[in-house]
Amino acid sequence: MKLLTHNMLTSHVKGVTKGYPLLIKATEVKVNEVEFNPQFVCRMIPKLEWSALVKAADDLGHRQDLPAELEPDYEKNEDLLKKVHRALLEVEVVEGSLQCPESGREFPISKGIPNMLLNEDEV
Amino acid sequence: MKLKELESCLQQVDTFEEPKILLEQYPTSAHIAACMLYTIHSTFDDIEGKLVADLGCGCGVLSIGAAMLDAGLCVGFDIDDDALGVFRRNAEEFDVCNVDLVQCDLCCVETESYAQRFDTVIMNPPFGTKHNQGIDMRFLRAALTMASTAVYSLHKTSTREHVKKKANDWGVKMEVIAELRYDLPASYKFHKKKSVDIEVDFIRFFKT
Repeated sequence: MKLLTHNMLTSHVKGVTKGYPLLIKATEVKVNEVEFNPQFVCRMIPKLEWSALVKAADDLGHRQDLPAELEPDYEKNEDLLKKVHRALLEVEVVEGSLQCPESGREFPISKGIPNMLLNEDEV
Repeated sequence: MKLKELESCLQQVDTFEEPKILLEQYPTSAHIAACMLYTIHSTFDDIEGKLVADLGCGCGVLSIGAAMLDAGLCVGFDIDDDALGVFRRNAEEFDVCNVDLVQCDLCCVETESYAQRFDTVIMNPPFGTKHNQGIDMRFLRAALTMASTAVYSLHKTSTREHVKKKANDWGVKMEVIAELRYDLPASYKFHKKKSVDIEVDFIRFFKT
C-alpha cells in the first residue's frame, strides 16, 4: 500500500462518523523506486489531505523533513516535489494494519494489500 | 507503445485460476483490454500521468495495461483475495511499480469518501446476469463518484437503453465508443458451448 492510496482510505464501520485518517501500524515497509513525474505530483497535491500524508510518512520513518504546512508556491520547489513523490509513491507498507481512529477496528495489510472488507454486523 | 505491442504484452497476464461464479469472474481478453486502453490513451489522453482507478480489477489486466501506458498510479479495487493475489504476482512479473491494490466491497463502501479523487476510472464490471442483478449499475454509480474526468466501462449492448436512462438520471453524458464482441470462453461447467459471443458496448461517461 502506497501512501497516496492510504490518503484516500476511510473506515466505514457502522456508526463511525469520522473514520479518517487511518492510523498505520506497520511491521514491514519497503521503498520501491518509481519514475519521478513532477506534473503528476503537482496535480495530486491540491487533492491530498496534507496533514494525513505527513503523519503517515512520519509514522513510517520516511518524513524526510516534509513541512507541516505546505508552502503556497510548491510547484517551483523541485526538491520538495521529489520528497512528496517519494512519500506518495515509493514508500510502501507491506505488512501491518490500518486502525480506524474512532472505533479502533483494525484492517489488516498483507503482502501490500489492505483488506477493507467489513463483517456483516459492521455494515 | 503500439497497440499490437500492448496486446501481446497483456497476453502474458495470468488470469483466474478458479473463476468464482457468484463474482462473475470472466476475464477481460488481452485484445479487448488493449483496444480499450489504447483508445482511452490515444483519443482521450486519460491515462498518461493520471490517477486511475480500476473497479473490480480481478487479475489486473486493465490496471497493468494502464501502468504500461504510464499512468501516474493505477489503484485496483476488488473483493476477492484470490484474484488480488494473482494481480500482485502479475504486477511483480511485469515489474510495474505504478499500481496499488485495495481489497473492498464496492457495493457497500460509501464511495463519497473517494469523491473526485481519481482522474479516470476504468472497469469491466460484472454484468449482473446471474444472482446479482443491478450490480453493474452499482459499479457505475461508484465509478462516477470517484472520477473527476471520465469513466470507461463495458456494458451488455442489450442493456444500452437502461444504461442511457441511468446516465441521464445521474446527470452524465455517455458516448458508445465501440461495439465489441466479447468472447466468453466456457469458464464454468454449466456452459454447454465451447464459447459464446455476447455483444458489449465500450462506453465513455463524462460530466458536462
